[in-house]
Amino acid sequence: METIALVYAHPYPRRSIACRALVDSAATLDGVEVRSLYNLYPDFEIDVAAERAVLERAGLVVLMHPIYWYSVPGMLKHYFDVVLTKGWAYGEGGGALAGKDCLWVSTTGGNDDAYTPEGRHHHVFAHFTPPVEQTARYCGMHWLDPFIVHGSHEIGAQALAASAAALKQRLADWRAKR
Amino acid sequence: MKEALIFLAATVLCVPIAKRFGLGSVLGYLIAGAIIGPWGLRFISNVESTLHLAELGVVLLLFVIGLELEPKRLAATRHAVFVGGSLQIAACGVVLALGLYAFGVPPTAAVIAGITLALSSTAIAISTMQERNELATPTGQSIFGILLFQDIAALPLIALVPLLGHVPHAGGLTVWERAGIAFAAIAGVIVIGRYLLRPLLRLIARVNLREVFTAFALLLVIGIALFVQEAGLSPALGGFLAGVLLASSEFRHALESDIEPFKGLLLGLFFIAVGMTIDFGLLLSQTRDVALLVAGFLALKLAALYLVARALDITKRQRLLFAILLSQGGEFAFVVFGVAKLAHVLTPEWEDLLTIVVALSMAATPLLLVIHDKLIARAVRTEREDDTIDQQEPIIIAGFGRFGQIVGRLLFANGMRAVVLDHDPDQIELLRDFGFPVFYGDASRLDLLRAAGAADAKLLVNAIDNVEDSLALVDRVRANFPNLRIIARARNVSHYFELRLRGVEVVERELFEGSLRTGRRALEAMGVEPFRARDMANAFRQHNVALMDSMLPHYRDQQRLMSLAKSGREELEAQFRQDREKFEKEHPEGWG
Repeated sequence: METIALVYAHPYPRRSIACRALVDSAATLDGVEVRSLYNLYPDFEIDVAAERAVLERAGLVVLMHPIYWYSVPGMLKHYFDVVLTKGWAYGEGGGALAGKDCLWVSTTGGNDDAYTPEGRHHHVFAHFTPPVEQTARYCGMHWLDPFIVHGSHEIGAQALAASAAALKQRLADWRAKR
Repeated sequence: MKEALIFLAATVLCVPIAKRFGLGSVLGYLIAGAIIGPWGLRFISNVESTLHLAELGVVLLLFVIGLELEPKRLAATRHAVFVGGSLQIAACGVVLALGLYAFGVPPTAAVIAGITLALSSTAIAISTMQERNELATPTGQSIFGILLFQDIAALPLIALVPLLGHVPHAGGLTVWERAGIAFAAIAGVIVIGRYLLRPLLRLIARVNLREVFTAFALLLVIGIALFVQEAGLSPALGGFLAGVLLASSEFRHALESDIEPFKGLLLGLFFIAVGMTIDFGLLLSQTRDVALLVAGFLALKLAALYLVARALDITKRQRLLFAILLSQGGEFAFVVFGVAKLAHVLTPEWEDLLTIVVALSMAATPLLLVIHDKLIARAVRTEREDDTIDQQEPIIIAGFGRFGQIVGRLLFANGMRAVVLDHDPDQIELLRDFGFPVFYGDASRLDLLRAAGAADAKLLVNAIDNVEDSLALVDRVRANFPNLRIIARARNVSHYFELRLRGVEVVERELFEGSLRTGRRALEAMGVEPFRARDMANAFRQHNVALMDSMLPHYRDQQRLMSLAKSGREELEAQFRQDREKFEKEHPEGWG
């Protein structure tokens, strides 16, 4: 059975409400390997070989994190920099991730209105997607429809539970299709 | 009861005094024995039975040592046991036999007594090495191997004595039959140890009564020792074997801590018993002969052992120590001489003389060690010439102990080239074998620094552990090579300040980072998230370094320093409080 690699970047996972609900729910599915990067590598000394092994045995790579400054948290960027290198992820001798699926799961603080041309962030959320999306595509992965939970600061318990269940369902559906 | 009282009182009185005078506890026990024994105050007259009981101490000592030795490591000492052991017995045996013959002992007796005297005291050598922390060193290991071989060699020796004597020994077994029995016994112990002991121990442990477990542990060791002794081997060997067999079991630590106090007390009793055997009557009536014999015996055996040490590739500085630790006669001599007297190989007069020689040689060991240490301490400073350095590299590392080695290995592993200076000869030989360019010498000497290329080098890593030497080096470099950058290891806070005041900019306190990391691990163990624990340690480091910097100008002003340190502590608390509030604000629960 192909596993699902859940690459998770939250500096203080226990302070999180939204991400934690999502991770906890996804983790109940069989064959999901959760890699909580900040817990594993608090000094940013990522074990590249170990992380690659996790990605290699996965059919689906889930990138999960809260949005920090319109992007991934520093740790995840660092992870991209050291794990997805030439000769493994792309280029000659690369292609280790080619053909795998990639699902981006993220949470934002503000509500939906903030991500509009008139809103606080002056852009729709989709404008911030390309760096992550293109990273996955460059490595030959299929980009799945992202799973974004907005307004995680004020989201109610019920809505959060629904989101968590929906994420789990998406992962289960992905597996069923395989 | 009364005897126990005397033994304990003598121990409590004599051992601390001996230790206080730097003579080691063994000599304390021996003196205690001499005082309370039949030749001293005559508190105790039954030396023989005391010695028998106390032999258990030696058995337990070997058992505990066996416990600490895993079979894998034992296999690695094979060379030390068989090559070292046979070489030692042969060399010392021949020399001592010739010596005794020259002293007028008949040939047969001289051979037997010579080989017997070649054996050393496991109890004294090992407990001395434990006290001095030498057991794990290469020298310690090879001494240990030799002692082990001596325990094995005891078998043919005891079988040989009656053969050479005028009476056929009881039982009428040939040497081969005896050897067969011995082998069968060892095989039996191994089988029992492998397949029977562990389930049995588990069963006993389940009873959950500590005394029962302790009793069983003692029963076990004594049982195996007696069993092995019946087969003609030394009981200590049996104890050792039992220990090794249980070394990898889950009961190792429980057994060790249960046996330990018995071991200590009984071993003490053993030394006391040896002290009691010193026949002062004989000593007074034949002072000249006894003195001559002891001196001759020690001189011959030490000389032979020194050569053996050389043949065994023991480093020059350790050879004398090796010789002294094995120089005394062994407890086994008391048994062999007894048997030899019964078999009419030795005359009673010689038996008495040799027994007292062995006992006195045991007492001589701690004294010889005191002299040795004094000599070595002086020799280390003067004996060895500094190496001529024929190599110049961009980096000089001064001091290549545990600290310098990590720095050096990191540099070497990444293709950096460095000249290393150190003043521990043993260390240097070892490191050279591994291909490190290490030179012997006092790094603070100007000519040596120059030879190592200090004029052109880019960097000096000062990893010297001795504070005074470290500062002397910095002074020398500052005065003569002002452009050479220095990175220094500080032993403690005052050393840190002294280095900084001398203009060294990069100073690392040797324990700081390791302790901080340990603190982080402790926070993590208490449930703090790893990345948060890292934040906390970083904040602590920043604050601490800032505090040190603020204290630097006032380092010479004790009063001011104290108040700074005190306010620093309060500041730290306040800062941590703020830090926590700030964290809560920046990372409110629910973020993301």
